[in-house]
Amino acid sequence: MATLKSVDAVVIGVGWTGGIVATELTKAGLNVVGLERGMYRDTDPDFMVPQVHDELAYGIRYKLFQDAAKETYTFRNNSSQTALPIRQFGSFIPGDGLGGAGVHWNGVTWRFLPWDFQTRSQTIARYGAGILGDDCTSQDWGITYDQLEPFYDRFEYLCGIGGKAGNLNGKKIPGGNVFEGPRKRDYPNPPMKQQYAGELFTKGVTELGYHPFPQPSANSTRPYTNPEGAQIGLCVYCGYCERYSCEMGAKASLQTTLLPQLRKNPRFELRTGAHVLRVNLDSSGKRAVSVTYIDGMGQEQTQPADMIYVAAFALNNVRMLLLSKIGKPYDPVTNTGVVGRNYAYQVNTGATLFYEGRHFNNFMASGAIGTVIDDFNGDNYDHTNLDFIGGADLAQSNSNARPILYHPTPPGTPKWGAAWKDAVVKYYNNSASLNAQGGCQSYRGNYLDLDPTYNDAYGQPLMRMTMDWYKHEHKQSAFMVEKLNAIGKAMGAKQTSAAALPEHYDIVPYQSTHNVGGAVMGSDPQTSVVNTFGQSWDVSNVFVLGASSFPQNAGYNPTGTVGALAYHTMDAVVNRYIKSPGPLA
Amino acid sequence: MPDRPGLSRASFVAIGAAATAAIVADPNVAEAVTTPAAPVAPKAPAHPMSMPALGERPEAYAYFTPPEVAFVEAAVERLIPTDHHGPGGKDAGVAYYIDQQLFGRYGRGDTMYTHGPWGAALPTQGYQLKLTPAEVYRLGIAAADAHAMKTYGKLFHALDGAHQDAVLSAFENGTAESDQVPAKTFFGMLLGDAVQGFFADPMYGGNRDKVGWKTIGFPGVGAVYYAAIDKRNVPYVVEPVGIADAMKSQMAIHDGSPVDHVQTRVAGRTTPKEIA
Repeated sequence: MATLKSVDAVVIGVGWTGGIVATELTKAGLNVVGLERGMYRDTDPDFMVPQVHDELAYGIRYKLFQDAAKETYTFRNNSSQTALPIRQFGSFIPGDGLGGAGVHWNGVTWRFLPWDFQTRSQTIARYGAGILGDDCTSQDWGITYDQLEPFYDRFEYLCGIGGKAGNLNGKKIPGGNVFEGPRKRDYPNPPMKQQYAGELFTKGVTELGYHPFPQPSANSTRPYTNPEGAQIGLCVYCGYCERYSCEMGAKASLQTTLLPQLRKNPRFELRTGAHVLRVNLDSSGKRAVSVTYIDGMGQEQTQPADMIYVAAFALNNVRMLLLSKIGKPYDPVTNTGVVGRNYAYQVNTGATLFYEGRHFNNFMASGAIGTVIDDFNGDNYDHTNLDFIGGADLAQSNSNARPILYHPTPPGTPKWGAAWKDAVVKYYNNSASLNAQGGCQSYRGNYLDLDPTYNDAYGQPLMRMTMDWYKHEHKQSAFMVEKLNAIGKAMGAKQTSAAALPEHYDIVPYQSTHNVGGAVMGSDPQTSVVNTFGQSWDVSNVFVLGASSFPQNAGYNPTGTVGALAYHTMDAVVNRYIKSPGPLA
Repeated sequence: MPDRPGLSRASFVAIGAAATAAIVADPNVAEAVTTPAAPVAPKAPAHPMSMPALGERPEAYAYFTPPEVAFVEAAVERLIPTDHHGPGGKDAGVAYYIDQQLFGRYGRGDTMYTHGPWGAALPTQGYQLKLTPAEVYRLGIAAADAHAMKTYGKLFHALDGAHQDAVLSAFENGTAESDQVPAKTFFGMLLGDAVQGFFADPMYGGNRDKVGWKTIGFPGVGAVYYAAIDKRNVPYVVEPVGIADAMKSQMAIHDGSPVDHVQTRVAGRTTPKEIA
């Protein structure tokens, strides 16, 4: 085992947050090593058509994703059961490789609502504590929307997000999201084009009295040069976005926004093929001294550093803390400890709309194309008689019509044979999708810890996920089914099939890779792993970035908030921590 | 500054320089990108179309034994039948697709976490058998043929369509006897793989002549719909393009030949300063 020359900072995982860390620290004059377990890749030649438009390789065989054969998670619904390994990914699919999930994402880029950051206190203030229920551990983030606004702005301008403001400095703007928190300036780019189904949605929900607006998108709507000097291409609506990389350089990613500068930066060194085993602490356990990893040649290396950034996927961040013994692991029996606590997910309630004699051409699409209403998100509507909190962004978005996974048939259609084929042919271009992407609360029974039985390819314990749906998720989903059916009708569909959540969370069907929590932020070390700057309460030279810091999930895609939080952290590190290392809060 | 020669920044920069970003920096270039988006005048008849006779296939089976070939070819034709929409699973090469998949990484379970112990699973915990997909087929096909023989006195492939459907339904519903692999698991894998074979790119052996795509009107690898997406509720009629076609047309671009509705190698435009 070799010990390498010490550097100012090591970043574990070079995706969105790792790239932001490396960019900001090198600008401040520090030397940074990025450890990326996957391969180097860039738009040309790795993302080129036609090979990247291969549904089997990318959509089914998960070309850009974590290899379950090497590293997966174990799963059970509750702690009375025995967790078993997720042998092939289904419900969620973590990314792999340089740029992380930011390479294959759809590009939907939200700001969370002001309410989302103060879920517990505002719920109690408006409805009383009873609505939460005894087992709900959702909490405030310790940070407000207003504090985060400048950093949302930075991430949106980094990516060149296309959208329409609905609240500029408190002034509501029709056609934008009138429910959003106030923003200081508009999006850098105009919204995306709309699909035919989006037009029907806009008309239908307007008749119902709701407030449609274009979904904010990181699929670039015009050629754009970002503040880092990187040039982003133009989205051509190819219909291969999520699970695919972008051949146009038009989807904001590490590659299109930060890598062009990082690549030339002498203060940044990228090491790919580097699988990190653990963060090493000194004998006091209060200071991290190095990171141990297996390099691309299979050799164990130890890289000392003054600062260590845990910037992998949310679940893998939590596992890294558990393997490194940073922070006290959560114990659901005594409800003490923090690492692994408040794991949460996303409640997707979908509907397919069936028409006759239409030509939707949904294969002309982008990942983030769509039209949305926020009338039933967060606390934008009165929950007094509903017995649940939170809600969903309710969107018409057909991000693709790739046929292995998209060939809808009406409920009751046989799954094979002549009647199935008839229905597939009839409805392939006569259907559209609605989705309510709902928030998910945190509970005492949903948590992450190390599995006692199963190991990864490196001999380290897999992480165990204990997760089920509880009151707020079931009631929200049933509520959204009614809304989706009503909207389908208003859109002129012959039939709308909306389905509520099953009784138990099921690891098999794909739902969302918006896994959040487990290393949550907060203002109280008893109920959070990191402070509001993503800094470990226990080991102050370790920062943990990403959706692992969300105390529960909002009814939105997480990346906008992940990016904003990373910039919020780096602002404090560059302006305060570097001058005077130590706790920032 | 590099600590290890193999992972030096110098080599990182070299990789970076070799790679060139996809940049659409000015509106003129953007316009050039959008130009090929207009659908070409339909060379193909309006959809749904009559299917031409499909050619002789050169493929051979790598994993399936001859009795398994007989079963799978018959089964995929019942799952995706030939009808007035066009050829079904057998002529689309779906059995060949499945064979190729089982012969490779997927069939060997190389894409799955395969370590034990293998406990009794809840339905919400997903696939938990020790068997690889290739082994599921071997055991499942044997069970299906045994069920056909016991129930109807013939192997599956020799039954008429209605009896074949009854056997498949017994596996779909889990009512068939199948000692070594759960009937439902085998059926679910067979159906899922058959649908994949019908709709995956033809380079994997199924969807022969893009018949799956033609049947539903999917344009294939497609690419640039920047202008076409603005049209509302009108058919988009094109000859579907597969990856192999598009790779040929990349060569055609280099020859100066016209291209179809597929925009290829957009990011091939390099910027000299990136290389410097």
